[in-house]
Amino acid sequence: MAAITLESVGKTYAGGVTAVHAIDLAIEDGEFLVLVGPSGCGKSTLLRMIAGLETISSGAVKIGNRVVNQVEPAERDIAMVFQNYALYPHMSVRENLAYGLKNRGVPKDEIARRVAEAAKILEIGGFLDRKPRALSGGQRQRVAMGRAIVREPAAFLFDEPLSNLDAKLRVQMRGEIKQLQARLGTTSIYVTHDQLEAMTLAHRLVVLNGGRIEQVGTPLEVYRKPASTFVAAFIGSPAMNLLQAEVSGGRVRLGGASLPAPGAAEGKVTLGLRPEDLQRTRPGAEGALLMNVAYVEELGAQRLVHGTVGGQSLVCAQPVESDLGDTLTLTADPAAVHLFDAASGKRLG
Amino acid sequence: MVENRRFLNILAHLVLILGVAFVAFPVYIALIASTHGQNDFLSGVIPLLPGHDTIRNYSAMMTQGLASSGAPPLWLMLGNSLIMALSISIGKIAISIISAFAIVYFRFPGRMIAFWLIFVTLMLPVEVRILPTYKVVAELGMLNTYAGLTVPLIASATATFLFRQVFLTIPEELMEAARIDGAGPMKFFWDILLPLSRTNIAALFVILFIYGWNQYLWPLLVTTGTDHYTIVLGIKRMADIADQQPEWNFIMSTVVLAMVPPVLVVIFMQRLFVKGLIETEK
Ligand SMILES: Nc1ncnc2c1ncn2[C@@H]1O[C@H](COP(=O)(O)OP(=O)(O)O)[C@@H](O)[C@H]1O
Ligand SMILES: [Mg+2]
Repeated sequence: MAAITLESVGKTYAGGVTAVHAIDLAIEDGEFLVLVGPSGCGKSTLLRMIAGLETISSGAVKIGNRVVNQVEPAERDIAMVFQNYALYPHMSVRENLAYGLKNRGVPKDEIARRVAEAAKILEIGGFLDRKPRALSGGQRQRVAMGRAIVREPAAFLFDEPLSNLDAKLRVQMRGEIKQLQARLGTTSIYVTHDQLEAMTLAHRLVVLNGGRIEQVGTPLEVYRKPASTFVAAFIGSPAMNLLQAEVSGGRVRLGGASLPAPGAAEGKVTLGLRPEDLQRTRPGAEGALLMNVAYVEELGAQRLVHGTVGGQSLVCAQPVESDLGDTLTLTADPAAVHLFDAASGKRLG
Repeated sequence: MVENRRFLNILAHLVLILGVAFVAFPVYIALIASTHGQNDFLSGVIPLLPGHDTIRNYSAMMTQGLASSGAPPLWLMLGNSLIMALSISIGKIAISIISAFAIVYFRFPGRMIAFWLIFVTLMLPVEVRILPTYKVVAELGMLNTYAGLTVPLIASATATFLFRQVFLTIPEELMEAARIDGAGPMKFFWDILLPLSRTNIAALFVILFIYGWNQYLWPLLVTTGTDHYTIVLGIKRMADIADQQPEWNFIMSTVVLAMVPPVLVVIFMQRLFVKGLIETEK
């Protein structure tokens, strides 16, 4: 087990595409770190540089106290789980697990012991002698994890390992990965484009955008205090409402409505309001948002009301029992009001 | 509608049966002819029922050959053909798979040039380059040698394309997983690429074995002594004699024996081939 440190790590591909811009990041020993961002933001590239599958254009990657820029993947003491599992199709599950150990000259009985242990942890003992094609997606996923576990590496690297599973299995495996990591305490870096996966798994998550770090923090920190409109829109489901507004006299104003924004500087801002933070209030309340309802999505546990406020679209979450008219009168807690710079999108205050 | 389909079924089967009969009949004739004595052909009518000289024909051909037409004993020619077919198929597969490995998995200067050079060999089968090739082989003193028989036919990496396509279908992550598992390039080749290509190797082996076995023009050029005669060459020699009746019983027993190895290869390899088709998943 080891800490992993990235010191202004950058990657420019041969074609001239800069996929990752000078990233600094310290991953603690035993931490579960999730890299999250939209497709093409450089998550995989960053992970593959840590794994040693991609050359590092600039900066340094340290695993433990060792700079590993020039070290072969096999010597980096990491294990990786791929999106398509990358199991060797012609080897049995047992051989798949043992292959890496055999290559590094681990004695036979030790290999057998580790394989048996991994099989027990992952409950794959029943099909150790099957070939991967005779396994379901979830079972293959477990074997891929098993192959990582038997190595007893300093760090696990996951590249979207659940993307090929159906929704139900994904939730189940998500829980298992979380428990497994907690149990083994192995430093883990996990790449995903799914913000929910990121939120549920991470000790800390790193939101990437265009090869740069947008924000680093615990899931709650990132959810409660998104550092930019990008993070605000990306993290949380349904997504945060972002509205053009203006601050004057300690209130943020939006058409006829206004919400408290103590201490905010005057001028144009982007106002962020999470759908679940909007509450109904009595009609005619001072400064309340008047929402014209367009349509309603029933989610079972709650309903999402889509509509407009002063010509800008807005979504709010309402309890299912509520009876809705054509307009809703809404307000939000001062703590739930997020303000971002209108030009740069950076968080204000 | 049902009647109609039934009629089509019968028609389809009829056509198929006719086709099979058309292909199988000559083989049957050859088989029957190889069981008769020499005099049975003098009437000019080809016998359609088995004769009584099977053992005599085959044992004579195996042990003595047909001295009158300059054909050595069959075991020698069968051996030569086997050596030739095996060397060509194994040699070609080995060269092709290694060059495909280099082209797909390594970035080296001149990679594209190498690729195109290999591509060019596709357009130059032996028949096209036969004179210069003969010259080279002759100058190197390889006439009447097994090397002379096989090397020029091996030395074109036509199957490189096939293996390149196969390798391109193998996901890159597999190579990366192997790298993380501590397998260097050669280990990756032996432990992963080769087993994953084994059905393609089998298919190619069948094709190349038959290609090598059926070679006629090239062995005709580079062999002058009977020591290196191949079976196809032998058959041609026997059938081609100028001033007497061809000895059809002997020729046909040679033909039948010449068919056996390719048929065995097809039968044996087909099992692997079909098995591979069913279970391949990369
Ligand atoms: N081998 C490559 N050569 C050139 N550009 C690449 C290569 N791999 C990825 N890229 C580019 O780098 C960027 C980041 O890719 P990637 O790390 O795969 O994104 P993500 O995993 O976040 O979806 C993308 O713009 C992609 O087109
Ligand atoms: Mg990716």
